[in-house]
Amino acid sequence: MALFPDPFSALTSFQQALDALRTSDWLEAGPSGGGAYPPMNVFRKGDDFIIITEIPGVKKSDLDLQVKGRTLRLSGQKALAFPENAAVHRRERLSGRFDRAVTLPVAIDPDGVKAEYRDGVLALFLPRAESDKPRTVRIG
Amino acid sequence: MSKDPKDEGTTMAENKEMAVREKKELVAKEEKTVSGRYFIPYADIYETDDALAVVMEMPGVEKKDLDVGLENDVLRVDGRIDTAKYKDMEPVYAEYNIGHYARSFALSNTIDQEKISANLEDGVLTLILPKAKNAQPRKIAIG
Repeated sequence: MALFPDPFSALTSFQQALDALRTSDWLEAGPSGGGAYPPMNVFRKGDDFIIITEIPGVKKSDLDLQVKGRTLRLSGQKALAFPENAAVHRRERLSGRFDRAVTLPVAIDPDGVKAEYRDGVLALFLPRAESDKPRTVRIG
Repeated sequence: MSKDPKDEGTTMAENKEMAVREKKELVAKEEKTVSGRYFIPYADIYETDDALAVVMEMPGVEKKDLDVGLENDVLRVDGRIDTAKYKDMEPVYAEYNIGHYARSFALSNTIDQEKISANLEDGVLTLILPKAKNAQPRKIAIG
């Protein structure tokens, strides 16, 4: 499926696609399925899966990622600092700790998992396990 | 106007569990010419004796796609995400939406425009807006 056939309508159609998936229960089976921080989006690219999550303000060193079987656990903390003598006018950003475990409905290769953190966005590349890949069956 | 900094504390409680919030969509006075929804970045604003600081969360925005402007005492920030990164990716499950970010603030202090500094780190934009010399508090000696 080509998501961006036309660069001018690209974002709008992508946003609509994401909205339409808000009712999907793809990840709901996990111990902290939906509604936990950080919110996650899941994409498919070929045979593999990619989880993307936005955690602005979290330092790479404060992030911990564990993979076991088809369960991923992402935990960490976010601190906000204000100068000693500052008068705070507006405080909307949240701080605190988080710990979220999700179980994927597909088998992944835990050794092949890669994580990339840039500009407050964490991307997890989850290669699908060989044993889980669909096979074409020849009809004799 | 400003709260006593002692009430706020300098380090925020770090042991509480973080909650999920929906992104707020931007309802702009003028419509954007590009299609796609914009969101309002969460912001912290604090003031010290010599500067005003605006801290905004714009995950996914790179330095090159960020515009900051100050005109007629209005600070405007516009950050665009790169949708090309999502090429060939088919969404299967979504808990948040993606989009560009924009927000503007009317500033009450007189800012020294030449000395504004911006820093983008881990998706957080920090703007330090130094107050103009004549806007800084002066200690008046009582004779």
